[in-house]
Amino acid sequence: MRLHEYQAKELFAAYGIPVQRGVVVDRAEDVLTLDLRYPVVLKAQVLVGGRGKAGGVQLAATPEEAREKAARILGMEIRGERVRRLLVVEAARIDREYYLAFVVDRSSRRLTLVASAEGGVDIEEVARRTPERIVKLAVDPALGFHPFHGRWVARRLGLSGPVLGQFAEVSCNLYRLACERDAELAEINPLALCEGRWLAVDAKLVVDDNARPRQPDLPADEETTELERMAREYDLSYVELDGDIAIIGNGAGLVMSTLDMVAHFGGRPANFLDVGGGASTEAMRRALDIVLRKPGVRALFINIFGGITRCDDVARAIASAPPPVPTSIRLTGTNEEEGRRILEQAGIFAFTDPEEAARRAVALARGH
Amino acid sequence: MAILVGEHTRVLVQGITGYQGEFHTARMLEFGTRVVAGVTPGKGGTQVHGVPVFDTVEEAVEETDANASCVFVPARFAKDAALEAIAAGLDPVVVITEHIPVHDAIAIVDFARRRGVHLIGPNCPGITAPERCKIGIMPSHLFRRGPVGLLSRSGTLTYEIVAGLSRAGIGQSTAVGMGGDPIVGMSFVELLELFERDGETEAIVLVGEIGGAAEEEAARYIREHVRKPVVAYVAGRTAPPGKRMGHAGAVISGTEGTAQAKVEALQQVGVAVAELPTQVPELVARALGR
Repeated sequence: MRLHEYQAKELFAAYGIPVQRGVVVDRAEDVLTLDLRYPVVLKAQVLVGGRGKAGGVQLAATPEEAREKAARILGMEIRGERVRRLLVVEAARIDREYYLAFVVDRSSRRLTLVASAEGGVDIEEVARRTPERIVKLAVDPALGFHPFHGRWVARRLGLSGPVLGQFAEVSCNLYRLACERDAELAEINPLALCEGRWLAVDAKLVVDDNARPRQPDLPADEETTELERMAREYDLSYVELDGDIAIIGNGAGLVMSTLDMVAHFGGRPANFLDVGGGASTEAMRRALDIVLRKPGVRALFINIFGGITRCDDVARAIASAPPPVPTSIRLTGTNEEEGRRILEQAGIFAFTDPEEAARRAVALARGH
Repeated sequence: MAILVGEHTRVLVQGITGYQGEFHTARMLEFGTRVVAGVTPGKGGTQVHGVPVFDTVEEAVEETDANASCVFVPARFAKDAALEAIAAGLDPVVVITEHIPVHDAIAIVDFARRRGVHLIGPNCPGITAPERCKIGIMPSHLFRRGPVGLLSRSGTLTYEIVAGLSRAGIGQSTAVGMGGDPIVGMSFVELLELFERDGETEAIVLVGEIGGAAEEEAARYIREHVRKPVVAYVAGRTAPPGKRMGHAGAVISGTEGTAQAKVEALQQVGVAVAELPTQVPELVARALGR
């Protein structure tokens, strides 16, 4: 789950990472009464990237100018996301921009520091064009990240003098935040040098969804659609897509290959829904409820390969509330015979072969 | 021979008294796996399907000579359970549990590496060597013994492809579900190395999916070190970028991690890549000269 900039910066401040003074507003006229030193920067709080290019970040020299620009940004839609809130901060005099992040790295299987003296730009672009400008350090989890690591990195960024030690302090604090708050990514871009002191001018924090149970203070998730939120409450992973064939499967890999099969035979999936491992009858009922709520669904494709999930549990859910749209079912694996018996008693047919079932689903969506 | 497990494997089930642990212990026993002990703290002295339950891994190992572990313990307690198994020297340690926080996974994987223990998972279906040993939750009836070594990031997709192979009369030496999380114990590269050395394995099937760079790393390794034929399938060709598909393994972002990039990397080193999972058996048959 990704946090808004202002939410991430509140955490930064709590962990001793310096940020600009700022206030969050959701009405343009509120900027007139803010106790901030001008000029200020107005920043759209959206979770999509590219807000700067879209005009979602603007400088204002006076309260009146700030109000005008705030009104403009608050009405904007940036890459499909409506701007509901602004973060207003005191403008900083930036001398130089750096990049600093801790990210869960699949290859080293460690939390890894990534830093660069090329900050304020797209870091992936820097990594592609000038990989020698990127400093990486995979943190030994048994050892942790210490100030000397921070100084090691700082030297490679060409830093010296008092800012070297201060960089080490910022990086230690960011590491502590990433560990204690279960971050998959904790990123400062740019981490700016402003008149000899460090300032986190932007903040990006992605928290591990699996850690939500032990991170009760996290704000509500705004990244998802309403159906996606509902699915999460049910512990199902659901992603809306723009086709007309609703999909339910078990296991992310199998569901993805189900989408691939449907597309291969000329159909368009309406969603991705993984009922997860050990899906119960109840989970399956909820899954059916969610995918069929989406408007424009013309057919349903259920692709279950039982492992920890049992076919009889799945069959019970389908038989107890037969779907109201044409449905193609593929059911095989653990307790398959019992599952088939339950479906047959309810007069429902199920395929064993996934390809046949996928073709059938595509045909049903076309009204055949 | 199989890789990592065999007739010598004596399995301990952590979380044996839970819903999944109890159910799949029965399935493992039916398969012929030697499940010799279970552990659930506080339930020592009881039995599950005739398997003695102990309070600690240490005691279970002393009493039963267990040498491998299968972890079904819920996510909140899974880190502790996995560390306990690794500390006791069990090998392999297979973690079935899903939804383990990634920072916990980092700690488990790191400890396993330090102790030289093969860790499979977390969030995986386990490992199966047909006619010898199954650790985990793979449906038993799909398998038949034969020359194909299979390694996969996805659980149910493993079943799909194993079922297809068996139907086509192509058996398996060992099938390993590596786990779908971003941090897992064993990588494609480590498993490819084991399959390349394994006398029973004549061809290798690699099942990947979008996200990360594990398939690209596998391709580099195959070019340098693998002489046996490799067939691959990569799930997620039609997944829209930036969307998170289910578990954390399946996220595409930027240019790295797309199915297209993975397929190309594998094809460039001579791997036959199937477009649909149902095409894998035919490609394997061809690779085996059948």
